Amino acid sequence: MNPQLLRILPEVILTVTGVLIMLIDPIMPRAATRKSMGWLAVLGTLLALFASIQQLHLAPGTAYFNTVQTDAFSGFFHILIAGIVLTSLLVTLDTVTNDQENLGELFALTIFGAVGSMLMTSAVELLLIFIALEISSISSYILAGFRRHSAKGPESSIKYFLLGSFATAFFLYGIALVFGATGTTRIGLIAAQLPGSTTPLIATLGVGMILIGLGFKVSAAPFHVWTPDTYEGAPSPIVGMMSTAPKAAAFAVLLRILFVSFPTLYAHWQPLVWWMAVLSMTIGNLGALKQRNVKRMLAYSSIANAGYLLVGFTALSTDGVAAAAFYTVTYAAMNVGIFAVISHVGGYEDRLTTVQDYRGLGYRSPLMGGAMAFFLISLIGIPFTGGFFGKFYVFAAALHSGLVWLAIIGLINSGVAAFYYLRLLAAIYSKPSENMPLEQMPRIQISMLFALLLTVVSTLMLGIMPGRVLSAARAASLTFGIQGSSMTTAHPPMLDVETKATVVQ
Amino acid sequence: MLNEHILSITTFVPALGAILIALLPRQGKVIQWCALLVSLLTFALTLHLPAHYDYGTRSFQFVEDYSWITSPNIRYHMGIDGISLWLVVLTGFLAPIGVLASWTAISTRSKEFYFFFLLQQTAMLGVFTSLDIFLYYGFWELSLIPMAILIAMFGRTKGPAAAIKFFLYTFIPSALFLVAILYLYAKSGTFDFVTLQHMLATGQLGITQNALAWTAFAFLFAFAVKVPVFPLHGWLGDVFSEAPTAMAMVVAGKLGLYSILRFNLGLFPAQARLFAPWMIALAVIGIVYGSLVALAQKDLKRLTAFATLAALSFCILGIFCFSVAGLDGAVYQTLNEGLSGGALLLLLGFLYERYGTYEMPAYGGLAARLPWMVAFFVITSLSLAGLPLLNGFVGEFLVLSSSFATHTGWAAVATTGVILSAAFLLTMVQNVFYGKQSALVQGRSTIRDINAREHLAVWPFMVLMLVMGTLSPYWIKAIEPAVRGLASNPFGLHYAAHSEVRFTALPPATHTAEAK
Repeated sequence: MNPQLLRILPEVILTVTGVLIMLIDPIMPRAATRKSMGWLAVLGTLLALFASIQQLHLAPGTAYFNTVQTDAFSGFFHILIAGIVLTSLLVTLDTVTNDQENLGELFALTIFGAVGSMLMTSAVELLLIFIALEISSISSYILAGFRRHSAKGPESSIKYFLLGSFATAFFLYGIALVFGATGTTRIGLIAAQLPGSTTPLIATLGVGMILIGLGFKVSAAPFHVWTPDTYEGAPSPIVGMMSTAPKAAAFAVLLRILFVSFPTLYAHWQPLVWWMAVLSMTIGNLGALKQRNVKRMLAYSSIANAGYLLVGFTALSTDGVAAAAFYTVTYAAMNVGIFAVISHVGGYEDRLTTVQDYRGLGYRSPLMGGAMAFFLISLIGIPFTGGFFGKFYVFAAALHSGLVWLAIIGLINSGVAAFYYLRLLAAIYSKPSENMPLEQMPRIQISMLFALLLTVVSTLMLGIMPGRVLSAARAASLTFGIQGSSMTTAHPPMLDVETKATVVQ
Repeated sequence: MLNEHILSITTFVPALGAILIALLPRQGKVIQWCALLVSLLTFALTLHLPAHYDYGTRSFQFVEDYSWITSPNIRYHMGIDGISLWLVVLTGFLAPIGVLASWTAISTRSKEFYFFFLLQQTAMLGVFTSLDIFLYYGFWELSLIPMAILIAMFGRTKGPAAAIKFFLYTFIPSALFLVAILYLYAKSGTFDFVTLQHMLATGQLGITQNALAWTAFAFLFAFAVKVPVFPLHGWLGDVFSEAPTAMAMVVAGKLGLYSILRFNLGLFPAQARLFAPWMIALAVIGIVYGSLVALAQKDLKRLTAFATLAALSFCILGIFCFSVAGLDGAVYQTLNEGLSGGALLLLLGFLYERYGTYEMPAYGGLAARLPWMVAFFVITSLSLAGLPLLNGFVGEFLVLSSSFATHTGWAAVATTGVILSAAFLLTMVQNVFYGKQSALVQGRSTIRDINAREHLAVWPFMVLMLVMGTLSPYWIKAIEPAVRGLASNPFGLHYAAHSEVRFTALPPATHTAEAK
């Protein structure tokens, strides 16, 4: 096989899958269910996942005129995105009815979105990143408004589209400014051009623009306003994916651009990221406090989580990058999981949305209630769950770089966050009210069981044995070659503790 | 084999039992019997510890130390010393009694109840046995979840609200506690308690005194909420009145007090002495305030809550006197509180099962109908009031006598707490059991006295109250070597050079012996 093709094999497999679905869909009889298309999408995603794992065995390198690079970093995010999309497809298969309209397109767009997100993480050319970002975004815009008959659907889509394209324009303008300042759009070459640049101010402005553009995609405050409305209007299984896969990709791009292209401008962008992190955490958590709608609450929670993740960016160290990468995994596991439960309980049409609607879920369906409780506990950040380790590494990296206040603000925020998660948790285990429609909960299908198994086990394993994922994140972060301190090497070995103790006395 | 892994086995047997219960069918009393067997097994395992404990040394025993996560450097390090030994046994002891207490009280959703009940046992045992601060923090936070869920599920009237209140009260200070832990890690590169203790003691971390004081404060604040120490007791009343008996028995006291002893005195001895005047003042206020409020309560559960606040404040007073006798008394009083406070809650639970209310004015003249009940109540009340020959006396005497030596004025005020506690306890007994029979008591004339299962739950308490009141040296012989290290501040020589620290009077021989 063409060695260049191997570098984009997962994307190729997914594109072929998506196109196949688009081709088969119109040929099928009008009345036939399109669920088989969903299983085809699952198969394609599995193949792409396998191809992504195989890419790790390739020697790190670039292809297609140095625009695409596969290494431990791209592999890490490829596998993550494939996992998210796979789980979301399984959730979708459980949630939709057999005669759902446009079902084929739903699956195809999900797959195309995954192509964009994956390509974002392996692209090392700003223009290619832009194209990948657009592929991913346009699929998301359409998917957000997929429930055309509900009032909220189109609103969700339009808001997302208008603000999103505005943000993308910022991103593009940032690329133009960076090109103007350095004469290149190749991520790896920018850093070398910066010292000689006669217009560092323009480069700084460019970084600022890129931050705005990507800040929108990851719903970091103050660019977060679209999030609650979009999440509320979009179908729940899609929200689970939308809030994790494109975000993980955008975070990966942000990591690459900030740490590979602009480490020398650290002093300029670090305060911006610091404020974005603090604002996101605070606005997200305070906003979530007064939400009655579970999806809106989780939208604010995702803003807050973007803030926690950005904390990892503020430390210019390998640890910071590794912590941020690890956080994307833990957040994906628990968030896709909780949206799986919401999708199943509320159905495609969102029958049940408020916190009150979840009263007694733990008795009506012990499996669903238990799974949701577990994800909430992980979102709160209780030890032995992935959510705890995610926060732990991020704040440990920040403290290690001396950012004590950021860590204090962040952890107080996680205390505030506990309140609204707990309200939902308490509702799940409080006595069910009499006139509740929860008894008519749909039967749990095999695909949902797989999705829950995947997310629960990942969340648990990330909390008990995070070693493997963490070392993968570390390997990913090492590809940046940051000249920073590391938690593991900064300290001298502690063999001489005993001797020192006796000397003092 | 058993000696090497005894702590892990003891800690995780309840969790395995919880998983087993999750798989059992909801049929008859299957779940109850399973929970009882698991908790009896846990208790038997904890009894293995004092039987094989080496009382001659104060170092950690039954140690298990493995690498868990290499980067960051987190270890699976467990071990116990004289401070934690009896707390582990107490936890094991209370588990089967908790099951017996809930046998009929929890009739619906018993599967959920016993699942979380056993998970709570694992969390508490883990807190007492962990020697890696990260592992410790894990169990510490884990202990919140089953408690909060059970309060939400089985609260009498406003369970969910009480659960959220309890959770937030303890979780937010824990977040600051985590910052402090991470800060220590950033400076030292280790979470290991023993290594950290050495590093802090020898001053090789290069942390300023100011930063160290803030770190110690973050630790102390999280623990003080959990104890609770006045004025952080806001959650206690609600939790006591809402929580099912078996959970109320374990919610307050020992976790927080143990942590203060282990970490604030163990890691930050100089800073602990810095905070001591404040803590002693708060403890004495807590004793008097708790007793006075208890005196005014009409609700029996709330009365118990404030009685508990007063009793726990005695422990705080004993800890922050930094004398061997005071610390002995504090640890002993922690055990007493678990025992006598647990017995009182258990008996109140029995009363509630019979009459369906905790309102004191609704009762009256029960003595004629329930002779066993009244006997147990009186013994428990006397134990809580500190009657000689019962366990409460030993702890209170040690605490008060040692605090008199160093803080005469405060101790004098604290002593009034003893009188006040006798006042509210005897008032309670008087109101509930003597006087004219109330309408409620007369209306339910068919109610029977303590039954066989309840006897089984209560008698161990009664026997232990007497034994711990008369044979205290058996317990003290393990506690004393461990607290001797805390009192003498083995690293005091080093700290004295940096800060103005007042040391308590100690026999010079002990001091030099420990310094070596």
